[in-house]
Amino acid sequence: MQFWGYKRKEGRAGIRNHVLVLPTCACGSESCRVVASQVRGAVNIVFNTGCSDVAANTEMSQKILTGFACNPNVYGVVIIGLGCETVPHQKLREKIQAQTSKPVVSFGIQDEGGTLKTIEKAVRAARDMAAEAAMQPKELCDISELLLGIECGGSDATSGIASNPAVGELSDLLVDLGASTIMSESIEWIGGEHVVAKRAATPEIHNQIIQICKDYEAHLEAAGQDCRAGQPTPGNKAGGLSTLDEKSLGCIRKGGTRPIVEVLEQAQRPTKHGAIVMDTAGYDISSVTSMVAGGCNAVIFTTGRGTPTGNAIVPVLKVTANAHTYQWMEDNMDVDLSPIITGDKTYQEMGRELLDVIGDVCSGKLTKAEAYGFSDVAVDHVCRFV
Amino acid sequence: MNINALLMDARDNVVTCVAPVPKGNQIVYQRGGQVCTLTAEDDIPYCHKVALEDLNQGAEVRKYGEMIGQTTAPIAKGHWVSHENIFSVPRDYDSEFIQ
Repeated sequence: MQFWGYKRKEGRAGIRNHVLVLPTCACGSESCRVVASQVRGAVNIVFNTGCSDVAANTEMSQKILTGFACNPNVYGVVIIGLGCETVPHQKLREKIQAQTSKPVVSFGIQDEGGTLKTIEKAVRAARDMAAEAAMQPKELCDISELLLGIECGGSDATSGIASNPAVGELSDLLVDLGASTIMSESIEWIGGEHVVAKRAATPEIHNQIIQICKDYEAHLEAAGQDCRAGQPTPGNKAGGLSTLDEKSLGCIRKGGTRPIVEVLEQAQRPTKHGAIVMDTAGYDISSVTSMVAGGCNAVIFTTGRGTPTGNAIVPVLKVTANAHTYQWMEDNMDVDLSPIITGDKTYQEMGRELLDVIGDVCSGKLTKAEAYGFSDVAVDHVCRFV
Repeated sequence: MNINALLMDARDNVVTCVAPVPKGNQIVYQRGGQVCTLTAEDDIPYCHKVALEDLNQGAEVRKYGEMIGQTTAPIAKGHWVSHENIFSVPRDYDSEFIQ
């Protein structure tokens, strides 16, 4: 299986060729939005951290920002900083340039004398970069170049029964074709962590999976918090998910059945091919943020109750097995998996159908969230999301 | 009779209704190719669970062949199982590590 993508000098191929307009901190976000709105081919990130933070949070923000810049879907990067943030634009640019040969330029709002002057320079830089990006031809890439993020959000009982098993089937098919997938949301392994751990390729990976769940609970407990108070969410409960365990046992099915070959920290880039897991929050926006920073090309997103979420760097493909949600929120849903619930199709059949859809998305078909230009970001922090 | 509930694993003691089932109506599901029925003793909302047998207080509730929680009060056959009457049991991680 092949797709039309963009070959990169370092690592996996891109399925998009964006110019990324990236703020160093919240204070650069609005200027980035204005710049991206002026230049076709440019996308922007709205970032709410990057300043007035403790060291551990700064480290996480930096991992996300550098990870976004290095994502294979990004052709080049225009950074806008303020000047007094924790890590200024020159430093962030140098960090990114140490990891990639793609074009990176940066500007500081205080250096330039305000936002209008900064925006003018940044628009010119982004325009030139977008013109170059448009000249890069698409090439046929093997599906093994694909790194797919697997996410669920706004879950109801149809997620665990139908859409997650179908996506698990998709993951197995992709892994068998040599591609890689990441299942994240480690808090939503709790109660089913023993089932996830059974897929571990080695005893070390088995124990890493258990340890992540143990540490997650201990981490929240140290702050006097109980993960079971935030999970399941009120929406999950209304959707028939009664406990964290029930939610988890449905969630983990989206990772499929193939051996887990690597366990990643948040926003870490994989070193192996195959079925991979990442230790992220269950908060879907934060989890997608971390997987995109880890280099995912695309995200498949199962939902029961319906969600509009999208990411500026990667297409997010929304699938649901809740027939009402698909019809009621069709403008936000990409694929209807409800035939699994009605018994008209098996989850294996629909997993195979999803493989074709993913192939189309890799070759350029826009998902609905992508067509709308949605760009959700949430950076996890000390005292993690749940 | 149309199937309106799903049994995820033969070891489960709940089924998930894939259509709302009003009190007094039949819940219809399959167990290994056999069609089974029971009467809904509550209004069961879409996507919610119903007990297949009488569950004592503290009984394990099983879905996907795994424990999803324990009951906080007795739940009789045909009644609604939800976050109001089951709770999540803390994990014993140390017993799950392998040498």
